[in-house]
Amino acid sequence: MRKNKRRNFREAAIRAFFFTCGILAVLVLLGIFATLLSTAIPAFREIRPSEFLLKTNWDPTSPEKAEYGILSMVVSTLMVTGGALLLAVPIGIGVAAYLSDVAHWRVREILKPVVEILAGIPSVVVGFLGIVLFGPAIAKVFHTGHGLNAANGSVLLAIMALPTIISISEDALSAVPAAYGEASLALGASRWQTLVRVKLPAGLSGIIAAGMLGMGRAIGETMTVLMATGNARSFPHGFLDSVRTMTSGIAIELGEVPYYTTHYYALFAIGLVLFVMTFLVNMAADVVLRKYQEKER
Amino acid sequence: MSPETSVAKIETRDLDFYYGPSRALKRVSISCHRNRVTAIIGPSGCGKSTFIRTLNRMNDVIPGTRVEGTILLDGKDIHSPDVDVVDLRRRVGMVFQKPNPFPKSVFDNIAYGLRINGMKNKRKLEAVVERSLRGAALWEEVKDRLEDNAFSLSGGQQQRLCIARALAVEPEVILFDEPCSAIDPIATAKVEDLIENLKKSYTVVIVTHNMQQAARVSDYTAFMMLGELVEFDRTEKIFTNPQNKLTEDYITGRFG
Amino acid sequence: MRKSTRKKIAQSIGFLALRAAMGLVLAVLFLFLYDIGRKGGGAISWEFLSQAPRRGMTEGGIFPAIVGTLLVTIITAVLAVPLGMSAAIYLHEYARQTRLTRLIRLSIRNLSGVPSIVYGLFGVILFVNAMRFGTSILSAGLTLGLMTLPWTITASEEALKTVPDSYREGALALGATKWQSIRTNVLPYAVPGMLTGTVLGLARAAGETAPILFTGAAFYLPYLPRSLGDQFMALPYHLYIMATQHHAIQQVRPLAYGTALVLIALVLGLNMTAVVLRYRLRRKRR
Repeated sequence: MRKNKRRNFREAAIRAFFFTCGILAVLVLLGIFATLLSTAIPAFREIRPSEFLLKTNWDPTSPEKAEYGILSMVVSTLMVTGGALLLAVPIGIGVAAYLSDVAHWRVREILKPVVEILAGIPSVVVGFLGIVLFGPAIAKVFHTGHGLNAANGSVLLAIMALPTIISISEDALSAVPAAYGEASLALGASRWQTLVRVKLPAGLSGIIAAGMLGMGRAIGETMTVLMATGNARSFPHGFLDSVRTMTSGIAIELGEVPYYTTHYYALFAIGLVLFVMTFLVNMAADVVLRKYQEKER
Repeated sequence: MSPETSVAKIETRDLDFYYGPSRALKRVSISCHRNRVTAIIGPSGCGKSTFIRTLNRMNDVIPGTRVEGTILLDGKDIHSPDVDVVDLRRRVGMVFQKPNPFPKSVFDNIAYGLRINGMKNKRKLEAVVERSLRGAALWEEVKDRLEDNAFSLSGGQQQRLCIARALAVEPEVILFDEPCSAIDPIATAKVEDLIENLKKSYTVVIVTHNMQQAARVSDYTAFMMLGELVEFDRTEKIFTNPQNKLTEDYITGRFG
Repeated sequence: MRKSTRKKIAQSIGFLALRAAMGLVLAVLFLFLYDIGRKGGGAISWEFLSQAPRRGMTEGGIFPAIVGTLLVTIITAVLAVPLGMSAAIYLHEYARQTRLTRLIRLSIRNLSGVPSIVYGLFGVILFVNAMRFGTSILSAGLTLGLMTLPWTITASEEALKTVPDSYREGALALGATKWQSIRTNVLPYAVPGMLTGTVLGLARAAGETAPILFTGAAFYLPYLPRSLGDQFMALPYHLYIMATQHHAIQQVRPLAYGTALVLIALVLGLNMTAVVLRYRLRRKRR
């Protein structure tokens, strides 16, 4: 009897330990949010929130009048991300379709890990390649002085988002019940028609989720855009303009800013906006993905 | 509905079982006696596996399930708060549908139940392993392969290994959940002989979808359908003179 | 007849486009690896790997950066591996389908989507300031550890899923307690898989820059770190410096290429090890 008590206590303690580790994930997420929020709030003692979100001028160190408008950075982020998706989504779906419907299974088994290698390249290396490979190429083709601009960032982010988009889209296509495809083939449709008219629509929500997760990654990516987009603070007017995204804004300035100044707090406020944006995009992707997985069951 | 008046070893009274909202057992009352084999038969999905898994509370591990009614082991409710489920399972052993040896050596498989109880003495372990393997009629076949991985045994040997593993912790009751559904006829015959032997020392409950098997090995047979107990009696009576039309239809093979 | 020819042509064109997409991705990957391999290979020498930078980082090697990255990755592992495995054990072995469990899973998915620079900001507040670890290996490693946590949890849970339920039930039926069944009959078969998944996460962490920018990475240090409280040089940050912040960028380009090659070799090497291990494990299981 006493032995049981000891044993049950031990079991409960072990369970409690694992539970604590599990609940930690929630605490870290809440902690990140709370930290960003509490460090961002002091910024708004001096900055009007509307000014912060809607003004385009960011010049916190101006000797005359410090300005804290992040709109240029937000638009730059969205622009670079949008460009990346325009490139990555069609190519990603194409590769996913190739892997699931065209490639021989042996080829697929080889190519899938190869695509994973792409995901393994550190972002700082991708940014470096943006400087040494794509930059000069873009400069040459478009006759700009240098190739460090939004277009360069978009290309790099597209490359970085591709592995995510490919693997999730491929899962979505493979999850389409074989019976759908067989029914279509039995009616005399070609494999191409079956792919385009039956399998892609059936896997659509998974593919959408893939695009959104890729978008979440692109919005939050720091080093590549920091290195390859030229970091101009002005409002972007085209893909050949140099831009500064929210992430690179934080990365550049946090190292030089004195602690506990409005400028310091304002950088955390950018972080908060960034967090909220990626959070919403990821949540939306999550909802779409769950829905389609439920449908599968 | 007890066919004998003596005290039952393990007994259920008005047992209900729920998977979420759906009721898998409806007021099932069966008593299983010492040194007897009790067989539970019935068509697939009749609740017989669910029933046997309530007897050692294996269903506790399935989320969203609920038990109502009483299960008595030696007259004591196994759901009462001072019964420890771990102790219960040591007293009520179980052999599963598919042989499920652990990916360890034959020796370590048998010794598992003792080692988790803290037994370290090598001599004693060896003695128990040999006794259990003999009890499961497997000793002669594996005595030179005790260090081999259990997966290297044949399916029938694996199942007898699982029986030996259950014997090693010296249970009082042994539950067999369709023990022969995944092994060949020759291995089945060996397991059936074994069950005959085991009842000398244990209370045995066996779920089977094979009526001949129930007729061969059991002393009592319960026929279940759709979660309800249709008839429960001496095996010979069930198979020669069933009282219920459904039982008769089932054992004469009109449905299955 | 003509209709079916048209159908065939459409299919050929369509499949060609898909093959082209695959080809493009492979070409980019090949271009990356080729460019870095060729130009970085020229910079690699024993001196480059074993010595500190000299003359304002225009000469010498990257030894302190290699050491720094290894040290910080060890801290990352110390935080993320045990916590990630334990959280996965909770989720897969203990947790039932409750609202709280769903919240935990939701948090994990969201954590893996939090931008790395945001982890950096969190690290500044939590480790550098609140816990007073300052800018140090410890702060940077812990920050990376938190970032790695969702990946190690997910990977560890995948490994637990591969252990058949019959091992757990078999143990419980013999009177094992829950923890006994996990310790003796689940973990021995899941841990190798857990470790491979974890190595993949660590490889990613080792290549990250943004989270360590403000939590401990140093521009240049003439000495190796002497304790976990010291700042450190790191390969990814060093590459960033050499590629964008150096006063003689064109002159040090070969050194930057060399750094990129070492970094990629380290990260991909860890990756490949994990992939090969995983492949072997799957084989063995069959």
